Amino acid sequence: MKDAAPVALPPAPARLSEGIAEVLAAHEGQEGALLPILHDLQAEFGYVPPESYDAIAEALRLSRAEVAGVVGFYHDFRAAPAARHVIKLCRAEACQAMNGAATQARLEHALGMKLGETKGNVALEAVYCLGLCACAPAAMVGDRLVGRLDDTAIAAIAEEVRA
Amino acid sequence: MKVFVPIDAAARACGADLVAAAVVSAAGLRGVEVELIRTGTRGMVWLEPLVEVETEAGRMAFGPMTPADVPALFDAPESHPKALGLTEEIPFLKRQTRLTFARCGVIDPLDLAAYEATGGMAGLRKASVTKPEEVVDQIAASGLRGRGGAGFPTGIKWRTVLHAKAPQKYIVCNADEGDSGSFADRMLMEGDPFTLIEGMAIAGIATGATKGFVYIRSEYPDAIRVMREAVVIATRAGMIGASVLGSAHAFDLEIRVGAGAYVCGEETSLLNSLEGKRGVVRAKPPLPALHGFMGRPTVVNNVLSLAAVPWIMAHGAQAYHDIGVGRSRGTIPLQIAGNVKFGGLFETGFGITLGEIVMEIGGGTASGRPVKAVQVGGPLGAYHPVSDFGLAFCYEEFAGQGGLIGHAGLVVHDEAADMLGLARFAMEFCAVESCGKCTPCRIGAVRGVETLDRLRAGDTAALPLIEDLCETMKLGSLCALGGFTPYPVLSAIRNFPEEFMPQQEAAE
Ligand SMILES: Cc1cc2nc3c(=O)[nH]c(=O)nc-3n(C[C@H](O)[C@H](O)[C@H](O)COP(=O)(O)O)c2cc1C
Ligand code: SF4
Ligand code: FES
Repeated sequence: MKDAAPVALPPAPARLSEGIAEVLAAHEGQEGALLPILHDLQAEFGYVPPESYDAIAEALRLSRAEVAGVVGFYHDFRAAPAARHVIKLCRAEACQAMNGAATQARLEHALGMKLGETKGNVALEAVYCLGLCACAPAAMVGDRLVGRLDDTAIAAIAEEVRA
Repeated sequence: MKVFVPIDAAARACGADLVAAAVVSAAGLRGVEVELIRTGTRGMVWLEPLVEVETEAGRMAFGPMTPADVPALFDAPESHPKALGLTEEIPFLKRQTRLTFARCGVIDPLDLAAYEATGGMAGLRKASVTKPEEVVDQIAASGLRGRGGAGFPTGIKWRTVLHAKAPQKYIVCNADEGDSGSFADRMLMEGDPFTLIEGMAIAGIATGATKGFVYIRSEYPDAIRVMREAVVIATRAGMIGASVLGSAHAFDLEIRVGAGAYVCGEETSLLNSLEGKRGVVRAKPPLPALHGFMGRPTVVNNVLSLAAVPWIMAHGAQAYHDIGVGRSRGTIPLQIAGNVKFGGLFETGFGITLGEIVMEIGGGTASGRPVKAVQVGGPLGAYHPVSDFGLAFCYEEFAGQGGLIGHAGLVVHDEAADMLGLARFAMEFCAVESCGKCTPCRIGAVRGVETLDRLRAGDTAALPLIEDLCETMKLGSLCALGGFTPYPVLSAIRNFPEEFMPQQEAAE
């Protein structure tokens, strides 16, 4: 595997402030707009740029610390660009009951990395239930859901992220 | 030729999109005109992707299908190796009492005309010309209790909000469905979103709330997409909006997305999250019914509680109340998951036994090995041994046995289950997901993991410590995350004591 494949480059500052302003404008007047704003920023940039905190704080009449506190509270929000391929493996009980531990070991082996690690442009993360508990074990590759995660499916995932 | 292929996330995770594409291409090759309808799922997940073909006798089922199985659908359907006969005659489906899920898997989820043609909208039509007080009376009389976990009577909650005086009230649908083993909320939102919208609009009429939110967990992208589209369609059709079905009632609906925090399923944490704050649990009182979203009166109900409402309004409280046992009335959509042969959603009246669910309906384990334990009610639910199989599925019996039915998810484990490992996982999960407000939960869960590791390593003194710690968490936690994590831990210790004995061999 090639090392240090580049993750997405952070956007240029002008693009950044323009994007932030657009998102904020789209949520003007919305009740409790902070989470929708953070989601939109992450959809736009792949992460929530810390450069946005001041503008959000001003628009919602919060302190910068409050904005940072909310970003930090939720597992979903990232402070830096994500790897190009994010694989989320379900670690919750129904998946454990279907050989979850062995599945995790095989997936880690196939990807050459441990759960919780990012290597090059691949990240392997834990998730707690994808609602696919009757076709466990389950994972999410990018935004594609995979149930009945067997050796064939694992090989296909490894192939996909290497490509 | 009419062909139905589910678009539900579980079906897609098992390859339904590839099967749907194969249907289109096989039809094209043969010059057969096919109307392909993407439906929700029937809930027989072990058969997914389940393809149905309309015939004069009814819809015929085939599954689990792969793209390679598709050509034979056209060439030799009678002798198809995956043929299952008439869908409605499949015993798993036939044994159910499908009220809430009647349309799920049957129609295109976003086809409002099909929704109405199959009985949808009747409840809302009735509610829109009924006095709010009487709508509340109906829901109260039906015996409906919250399906999100706590089992609080829905009618009583609605009455509190109805009588609260405020310039603005809200209906909040809790679609955070974080419990492992649960997927009924997801299945309903993806397969029959208008039922939920109808239930929420009725709740709005009943309580005087004109604005609603559905808070959906971010792990459910398909449900989010379907619900968003359904809201647009329902608004355009006048089902919701400035005038609900032409009445004087207004009801606007907005879809909101969670951000990966289990604790946000707890209603007050959810409200904080909706308000744009950290998802920290609030002390109760004040009740959300009086001081909810933005400090205003708010109904917070689970998806299944709200989705049961249209049927009750359409068919009457008594018809719903006639089903069930004791103080557990109506139907419960069981979610049978984990190591089980026939996994899926099974809607039935309360009162069926745990053994019937796991062995008869679920068919025992998928691995073929004996069942060891069944965790009922999500990560905060107890591990039940086979000796609990006589328990009737209802709120009271499970509470009496140191457990809970929660959101009615059941996770089956076979003999290979490592009970100490599962107890450790319960503590680990609590540590990861704690909102941080109370020490017994935030710190206690971390200690719990460490203490179970010591026990695993052979330290006998750790067992009484873990039991003490569980007592502290039960008593000193503000919400059920810290307060109920002891249930899976203590039930595992109580029911499988030999696995918590330090390994003598290792010590000698
Ligand atoms: C940690 C925790 C997580 C919860 N998760 C959910 C959930 O995902 N969905 C839900 O409807 N209720 C959940 N609840 C229960 C809610 O607090 C609340 O009781 C429920 O939404 C009320 O609706 P109902 O009366 O219709 O059940 C959770 C409670 C706790 C303590
Ligand atoms: S028990 Fe845990 S999750 Fe619940 S309020 Fe306390 S710290 Fe938060
Ligand atoms: S427990 Fe893994 S998908 Fe639900």
